[in-house]
Amino acid sequence: MAETTRSTWSIATVVTARRSQNGLHWSDVFSYIYLLFGVLLMFGPVIWLVMSSFKTPAGLIEFPPTFLPLGQIEVEVKGYDKPLLLFDVTMEDGSTRQLAQVRRIGIVSQMVDPENPAETFKVPIDQRTKVREFRLATENYINPLERFNFLGFLKNSVIVTVIATLVTLLINSMAAYGLSIYEFRGRNAIMLFVIGTLMIPITVILVPVYLVVTQLGMINSLWAVILPGAATPTGVFLLRQYMLTIPKDLIEAARMDNASEWVIYSKVVVPLAMPAIAVLAIFSIMWRWNEFLWPLIVLNRSEVYTLQVGLNAFQGELDVQWHYILAMTVVTLIPVVVVFAFLQKFITTGIASSGMK
Amino acid sequence: MSYIKTDRVGVIDSISALAAWPVGIFFKLLDYPLSAIQRLVGIHRMPWIFLLPNLTFFGIFVVIPLFINFAFSLTGGTELFLNNRVYTGTKQYGFLLECETFGDPITCREDRFWKGLYNTAIFIVFQVTFLVLFSLITALILNRKIRARGFFRAVFFFPVLLSPVVVALIWKWVLLRDGILNAFLVSIGMDKILFFVSPEWSMFWAVFVSIWAHMGFYMLILLAGLQAIQPDLYEAAEMDGTSKERVFWRITLPLLWPNLLVVVVLALIKGVQIFDEVFVLTGGGPGTATQFIVQYIYNTGFTEQVQNFGLASAASVVLGVVLFVLTMIQLAVTRVRDNG
Repeated sequence: MAETTRSTWSIATVVTARRSQNGLHWSDVFSYIYLLFGVLLMFGPVIWLVMSSFKTPAGLIEFPPTFLPLGQIEVEVKGYDKPLLLFDVTMEDGSTRQLAQVRRIGIVSQMVDPENPAETFKVPIDQRTKVREFRLATENYINPLERFNFLGFLKNSVIVTVIATLVTLLINSMAAYGLSIYEFRGRNAIMLFVIGTLMIPITVILVPVYLVVTQLGMINSLWAVILPGAATPTGVFLLRQYMLTIPKDLIEAARMDNASEWVIYSKVVVPLAMPAIAVLAIFSIMWRWNEFLWPLIVLNRSEVYTLQVGLNAFQGELDVQWHYILAMTVVTLIPVVVVFAFLQKFITTGIASSGMK
Repeated sequence: MSYIKTDRVGVIDSISALAAWPVGIFFKLLDYPLSAIQRLVGIHRMPWIFLLPNLTFFGIFVVIPLFINFAFSLTGGTELFLNNRVYTGTKQYGFLLECETFGDPITCREDRFWKGLYNTAIFIVFQVTFLVLFSLITALILNRKIRARGFFRAVFFFPVLLSPVVVALIWKWVLLRDGILNAFLVSIGMDKILFFVSPEWSMFWAVFVSIWAHMGFYMLILLAGLQAIQPDLYEAAEMDGTSKERVFWRITLPLLWPNLLVVVVLALIKGVQIFDEVFVLTGGGPGTATQFIVQYIYNTGFTEQVQNFGLASAASVVLGVVLFVLTMIQLAVTRVRDNG
């Protein structure tokens, strides 16, 4: 039987090998076109965001936009309070000069020679081109730190993510331990209950959870964000499935040595369940870092805003300061990209094997 | 589970070694009270002790709220605390469901609720259809023998990890009046489109952006399903000279069906609850063109001058019923399929 399978297999490889030698099938061509288009569509907007975040406000409003962060050069001219924008101007006699613009009136702009501020010109606007230089506007990243309490948002997000993840790991691994190591009456009922709560997302119970949180005096405190989501049915389920695979003999042996149940949990089961706990940790970090609707409801003062809520507040302002928002968006996205770069395989296999996000 | 033996275990090991020290002390400290409890209640009641923290959280933040939700929906007024609220019976539901003709949201008393339902229905029809379609196509392509498969998989997957706010801001920046998409349109000789002023375009981009953000997740589930199909089936088919098309319809699709069903269920359940990225992207606008049911609940309960908790609760009970029915239908469909 084994012989036949092997020979079938080798014939199959020969068939496929011959086929691939005949060049690309139309579906291969389609595949690569699809994938390249996909790369453009998935990466393009993110790269565009990163490039834009290094542009000056003047560079951002330029239309059509440039790909690289090219900023128009501004010069200080004696006798003028503000720095003036620099242009290459084609003069009436055909020569080109670099002039700074004082103001623009309709289609005529009033220019001044930066070298000689006394000399002014009136130039039609189609006779001038902007003088650009490559410059990374790093002030987009530095200014929000002082101006918008951005560091405060960052701190709040880190606190929420870290504490919530620790609480989640502790209580969910304890529950999973209780549901996997012991045989007891009511175990199946509890399991059903846990799976049942999966069907009740926070969106269905927004108002009453808000009431509970108010009742507990946690409105506008980070605990209001941390606690309600700490017990996750997905977490219990994931850890329990993993702990079920731990050999019972190990636990029996520990009990023979007079280890307390807590010691068995903390010294035997938790270390063995580390791979599953790591997956839950990664998920929890992602959930908490990205959480939006619930913090939006319970955090109403800007001192307690998380990054996501803070970002949303800025983009909703009347006078949207895109140069800062883009930079802050990039900062918000960095931890996720770093986590993904290092733990990609972990995350993808975790999702594929548990079917959860 | 397969992820024990990945090449990233080294990273995890060093992280856990670093974290092990304070964790060890913490566990040690808890050993004294918990050993005492064990002596007190006996080993047979210990599972309940381990379950206690988790069940307390579930109780306080899920089960009790679920009941309070009903209580809220049966009372009126603007007070948050239940004992200050007036019992109104099913008035809130009557208010929500009062319509002259159900097909037209404007004839309803609470037209924003119906508009939200109507928008959500349109949204999920398009979003779920194309989400599943593109996830399937991408998974099928990534399951082929292609170069740099890991890279392409990562490319399609990474938006899943981005926060909805970040996703929305990324696309808002592309779609603005003077954004890069409009620059492209101008460069090929078309006029600028004010995407967020047109109801149709806003809905289109709401669907598009949410597919962009979530496709990777569903693609991954389908890819796992595809890779679980026995290779000898394909080899046998190839031996018989079966056409690729036939292989797809007769082998791939039937064997992938359970996974496809799971993906549809998950996409539906997530789709009904759409809020975050569209809220940041369009703010529900223009007008109420992209306002969905969750945003209606959020607005009614939390952002209006008069916070109408009763109405918001009644609406979330309706949403809960929809979600429950969806889950039940899908479970039934799965069972019928598996038995037939």
